[in-house]
Amino acid sequence: MSDDAGGNGGGGWLGRLKSGLSRSSEKITGSITGLFTKRKLDAAALQDLEDALIAGDLGVATATRLAGSLSDQRFDQEITPDEVRALLADDITKILEPVARPLDIDVNRKPFVILVCGVNGSGKTTTIGKLAGQFRDQGKSVIIAAADTFRAAAVEQLQVWGERAGAEVISGQPGADAAGLAFGALEKARAGGADILMIDTAGRLQNRKDLMAELEKIVRVIAKLDDSAPHATLLVMDATIGQNAHSQVETFKQMINVSGLVMTKLDGSAKGGVVVALAEKFGLPVHAVGVGEGIDDLRPFEARAFARSLMGLDA
Amino acid sequence: MFESLTDKLSGIFDQLTKRGALKEADVDEVLREIRLALLDADVALEVAKDFIERVRERAVGSDVLKSVTPGQMVVKIVNDELVVTLGSDDGGINLVGTPPVAILMVGLQGSGKTTTTAKLGQRLTKQEKKKVLMASLDVYRPAAQQQLATLGEQTEVRCLPAVIGEQPVAITKRAMQMARLEAFDVVILDTAGRLHIDTELMSEVQQVRDAAKPVETLLVTDAMTGQDSVNVAREFNEKIGISGIVLTRVDGDARGGAALSMRTVAGCPVKLMGTGETMEALETFNPERIAGSILGMGDIVGLVEKAQQVVEEEEAERMAKKMLKGLFTLEDMAQQLSQIRKMGSLEGLMGMMPGAQKMKSQIADANVDDKMIAHQEAIIMSMTPKERKNPKVIKSSRRKRIAAGSGTTVQEVNRLLKQHKQISTMMKKAGKMGKRGLMGGNMPPGMMGGNIPGMR
Ligand SMILES: Nc1nc2c(ncn2[C@@H]2O[C@H](COP(=O)(O)OP(=O)(O)OP(=O)(O)O)[C@@H](O)[C@H]2O)c(=O)[nH]1
Ligand SMILES: Nc1nc2c(ncn2[C@@H]2O[C@H](COP(=O)(O)OP(=O)(O)O)[C@@H](O)[C@H]2O)c(=O)[nH]1
Ligand SMILES: [Mg+2]
Ligand SMILES: [Mg+2]
Repeated sequence: MSDDAGGNGGGGWLGRLKSGLSRSSEKITGSITGLFTKRKLDAAALQDLEDALIAGDLGVATATRLAGSLSDQRFDQEITPDEVRALLADDITKILEPVARPLDIDVNRKPFVILVCGVNGSGKTTTIGKLAGQFRDQGKSVIIAAADTFRAAAVEQLQVWGERAGAEVISGQPGADAAGLAFGALEKARAGGADILMIDTAGRLQNRKDLMAELEKIVRVIAKLDDSAPHATLLVMDATIGQNAHSQVETFKQMINVSGLVMTKLDGSAKGGVVVALAEKFGLPVHAVGVGEGIDDLRPFEARAFARSLMGLDA
Repeated sequence: MFESLTDKLSGIFDQLTKRGALKEADVDEVLREIRLALLDADVALEVAKDFIERVRERAVGSDVLKSVTPGQMVVKIVNDELVVTLGSDDGGINLVGTPPVAILMVGLQGSGKTTTTAKLGQRLTKQEKKKVLMASLDVYRPAAQQQLATLGEQTEVRCLPAVIGEQPVAITKRAMQMARLEAFDVVILDTAGRLHIDTELMSEVQQVRDAAKPVETLLVTDAMTGQDSVNVAREFNEKIGISGIVLTRVDGDARGGAALSMRTVAGCPVKLMGTGETMEALETFNPERIAGSILGMGDIVGLVEKAQQVVEEEEAERMAKKMLKGLFTLEDMAQQLSQIRKMGSLEGLMGMMPGAQKMKSQIADANVDDKMIAHQEAIIMSMTPKERKNPKVIKSSRRKRIAAGSGTTVQEVNRLLKQHKQISTMMKKAGKMGKRGLMGGNMPPGMMGGNIPGMR
């Protein structure tokens, strides 16, 4: 690393970088602000930039590429921290724009079947509750299948959400066969002419072959009633997730053909930077983001806003 | 006891097996790879940087085992440092205090608090025969209290009945009250998940803490947490003060770097790990397992360990053979003396040996005085290699020369030679103790495994 690392203010900005990295909400921001008041974009500055992106969960490969492309544009030029952030936010926006697509409900599918899956505790049930609230507001009739028959009080939790969102919840006995329950719910939704059926599943880790096979079975069984179902398969991920997100998307996609992602808990200090890498690698749409525990706390995924928040800029 | 002895002895062998030292260039090259591995395992960048710096200092100049490349050696050193960092302090759950003692479970939403509460309740009941009461303070998440009540039924651990509308601090007080009246040993308080940046909820849990005065406050974290883990650990620790970490979902394929990050910034041990959704799936934290998964280079580490074993076995055998023959040269003695100087008195060392009681008097006769050891080393250094190999050739003229060369007297040289003779006789006996003895050469390989290169 060149001597320039000491740049303006002696060893100052490295120290500021460190404290910047340690402070939560201003993670990437703070570091970049700390880096330059206005300084040359040299090798050392780029390394720090890359570090800041890594600390935002973008992963080494993506961080290196982004820092590199900024370097191609501006190497050795004087640049301010705001410019750096804005330029990076632009690059990230470009990566995210193609995947920022809302969940389209095809009204010709009746009911439109949405299967919701993900690892334990990622926010599946809450997201279903929030979505049900939105569908109700759009005047759609919703049925929810409580196919998490494993976790303690999962049904009761979903029932509360059903009441909040004015949706019927179909449940079975604890330990009942999830696929059978989903099948029954689809029959019922069809008979009742519901617009949308959402299926809540138990959280499962993607390396559990048995549990993944169980999920596959749900898909197989409901396809017997409607070979186009499920019409959407959502993978719910928590924004605190690190690099394991790659393995999650890969396995869930391979097993049950995930059609889109939802990222929850973006109201925390983690900004879900891994989504950038996921967008590059898998190109799966990101439909929505969770920003709280209330029924209204689900927002569309907006590439620009997400990228700017990742870089600590106002949307 | 025996273990500490073998540890010390393997320290001696370490000296003997020196086969060149790690060069800075070798170390740096490997550490670049290690950095990537750590980041890929979600070790927070700031933690990864400090960790690598520490390993660099430790690794440069340390010994490379024969049949192992410098790169492989560095990986092993990194692994060992990871194990030590992750595992320092013992991971037991503290239950010391006037019963009922409280354990407070905190963490982000969905991290596994409720499940862990029930698992821990079951563990303390079954394994430690404690009378445990669980209480849910989660008045926010739908059916959260119901979830804990159901798990309480499954595990047959008592759960405080919920009262509709009651707030967390009030629930806490009621739980502690009930525990006092009904003579419970432990109360586990399961709190609602909260974001560390949510000041209102953080102050709520502070009030709960002040009401319960927990002996343990456990931060429950998911093994797949990314870079934000440092912020979570730091904030929870600053605001509430945590005494331990529980890493959940270790049964997944996440590499679990958050364990290292959180342990480092919060400065408290990872005590437990969740390895599944069933109530039995709670284990004492296993630093080797998590270090292995963070580094993801288990094959290399295994290879170096095997090489270490071979070297140790060979050395043990070589020493044993030598001693059996009474071939304990003055060179060996000098080496042992310097080791002894590092590890404490020879008497203490021999005292730890099984069946060494008899030898004690001989050691006393030998008059090995720790303060004299430096002199003795100087005497040996003043001998020619040939003299060191075969002390019999040291006649009076040579003794004079050696005394002058080492700044000692002929009497001192005489005494040293006498001592050497006594010690080598004694060692011969030790060798004959065979299997039970320390140099039997038949020691199970693992017994010598205490030495960690570069970590003396
Ligand atoms: N702050 C915040 N919390 C959320 C969000 N979404 C969900 N949660 C919380 O995260 C926790 C887990 O959410 P659930 O919806 O139960 O997650 P799940 O994936 O259904 O969990 P399992 O069924 O147990 O695998 C709950 O405490 C939710 O309130 C969000 O966007 N922000
Ligand atoms: N596979 C696995 N799942 C776990 C583990 N610990 C908790 N869970 C699951 O994670 C989800 C959320 O757990 P819960 O205890 O409700 O989290 P809380 O919101 O922090 O109380 C549930 O589906 C649990 O079954 C674990 O160690 N391994
Ligand atoms: Mg759920
Ligand atoms: Mg809970």
